Amino acid sequence: MSELKKKTAHEPLFHLSKRAAIHPAKALAIRLAAIVLGLVVCGLVAFVLIDKLNQNPGKIDDFYYCFIKGSFTSKRKIWKFLKNLAILQCISLAVTPAFRMRFWNIGAEGQTLMGVLGAIAVAFYLGGQIPEWLLLVLMLFAALVCSAIWAVIPALFKAKWNTNETLFTLMMNYVASFVVSYFLIIWVPSGSSSLGKLKFGKLPSFGHDYLVIILIVLALTIFLYVYLKYSKQGYEISVVGESVRTAQYSGINVKKVIIRTMIVSGLLCGLTGYLIGAGLDQSVTTGSVGGQGFTAIMVSWLANFNPLVMLVSSGLIALLNQGASQISQDFNVSGAMPDVIVGIILFFIIGCEFFINYQIIFRKKSHGAKEGVK
Amino acid sequence: MNIWLNFLIDSLAFGTTFMYGSTGEILTEKAGHLNLGIPGVMCMGGAGGVLILNLIGKSGLPGFLIVILGILGSIALSMLMGLIYSFLTVTMRANQNVTGLALTTFGVGLMKVIMSKMDPTVYLVGPKALYRWPFAGRTDALQYLGVLFFLGIFIAIFSSFVLYRTKIGLHLRAVGENPGTADAVGINVTWYKYAATCIGSGIAGLGGFYYIIDYMASQEAYLSLEAFGWLSIALVIFALWRPHMTIIGSTVFGFLFSCSSFIANIEGITVTMAAKPLLKMLPYVVTILVLVVTSMRNKRENQPPQHLGLPYFREER
Repeated sequence: MSELKKKTAHEPLFHLSKRAAIHPAKALAIRLAAIVLGLVVCGLVAFVLIDKLNQNPGKIDDFYYCFIKGSFTSKRKIWKFLKNLAILQCISLAVTPAFRMRFWNIGAEGQTLMGVLGAIAVAFYLGGQIPEWLLLVLMLFAALVCSAIWAVIPALFKAKWNTNETLFTLMMNYVASFVVSYFLIIWVPSGSSSLGKLKFGKLPSFGHDYLVIILIVLALTIFLYVYLKYSKQGYEISVVGESVRTAQYSGINVKKVIIRTMIVSGLLCGLTGYLIGAGLDQSVTTGSVGGQGFTAIMVSWLANFNPLVMLVSSGLIALLNQGASQISQDFNVSGAMPDVIVGIILFFIIGCEFFINYQIIFRKKSHGAKEGVK
Repeated sequence: MNIWLNFLIDSLAFGTTFMYGSTGEILTEKAGHLNLGIPGVMCMGGAGGVLILNLIGKSGLPGFLIVILGILGSIALSMLMGLIYSFLTVTMRANQNVTGLALTTFGVGLMKVIMSKMDPTVYLVGPKALYRWPFAGRTDALQYLGVLFFLGIFIAIFSSFVLYRTKIGLHLRAVGENPGTADAVGINVTWYKYAATCIGSGIAGLGGFYYIIDYMASQEAYLSLEAFGWLSIALVIFALWRPHMTIIGSTVFGFLFSCSSFIANIEGITVTMAAKPLLKMLPYVVTILVLVVTSMRNKRENQPPQHLGLPYFREER
């Protein structure tokens, strides 16, 4: 009897097992709970920061209202929100095909930046000399080519020598940003290194300035969803992602899939770069993409690499960003506040995935006693 | 002093920032975790030290106590960041890349919020001289070789010693190469992963602190810190996952990074403005080359840890 008791005492309090499947509603509930919890912690952190760092803190009860105020109180803010959502969504779409293949491409930042650079380079050299429509087409072409090249270099090495793609693509980001600053110095010899808004090569707009961009991204989302889910190439990507060996066994040319998928990723990055360059900024700086290439990785992951769900996750991040900038404005804290808020919420969402993927099974209390009776 | 010697020492001093960062990152990676949160960790390390110095900078405590408390503050906050990372990736089995990026977003943001409200006359003016002991007051590059520089060299060599000459290091490398086997032998995988990540973060954080308080020693230093966090991750590859190699690697990186502004001072050499970004690009290009060459040669001891970036779940075989 006593021996048995000892044995049961060694059984852990709980153990984990992988869930086979989870009801979508339950998964959604877990995620929402995580976001709410994250927002509460954000409130606490913001309270501490604002209270301790500012001599005269604003009213803290306005804190949560700022998230609504930041995006929805005026027409201009709503459009800005939709634009931010669209651009973030577009980069997230770009990284998705590679991620589904478990190719950790974290170079979307650099790839998109090269796209912007390509588009702006064409506008800079040819602007005004050729018809506007031709210029826009050439800009698109240049953006796509630049980004695709930037994306395919790591893929070639990965396919040939299995070079670590995460580190490779990470480095390519910085190379890209210095390439941009190199061209800026050449183009702007005065030393200020800031290229003003170019006069030529603006994407035509109707309705609202941002409407074209939003519609393009929407169409792209649907296209990518269909491509990944229903096309043969999309299926090959999933198989390579699941298991390289299975793919080889079933006759898929893995190297070809890796290279082709990265070209697709690069082309999408190029399109984003084109939207930023021709659609919004008409200029290029090293900060043209503004870290969204990294945010996109998290957005894509949050949506479980599903392009349609990605609309929600990029919406969430855009909403948080704008709300937090409103907070930093209203409460007079640093402009870096959005990063803090987004970071905290991300921690909670990342953490909650655990409860979706795994099940915690507690030790049954009566277990030991029953054994004893037998 | 000889202009070249001065430049070499300056490179060494500049490189200390990445030396800390990559030594910390190597320890983490040896446990199988690719911590992309290192830039955030380094930033928070800087903020942690500065927060303490902001409190005690003018309190009249003895100098060595201020130095030690600042270092401890820096380690404490960056270890806290490491704890967040390891809790999410080890216990919660979250994706390492995503967690790391979130950590960077959070850390860099929080540091900027904190640092923008600190008072440089308190945290910088007095303590700077203390941290630059024994060369404080000099005008050449030797002034940067202070307490934190020597600590960094010591940590890098000591980490190599622990990794390759002790049982603990052997176990740690086993965890990074194949956690399943390590677990079967009876090594506590979870504990090693936690310890390596937290200690590694603590070390990396000191790099940020050194950069703010000693090397740059300016109010705006914190704004440029993030880029050097990423450079630290690059340096890990360059050093082929050996902490003592980071001393050489960081000097080379420091040399490449600052040579664009330095070469202009040498008579007989003229650098056009356009060449500067190309020179600054060199560290990254060199890193890519090292990465490619090591993967081509495929020598086992120069590879990343085999289980790098993958989660370990005992029940899943």
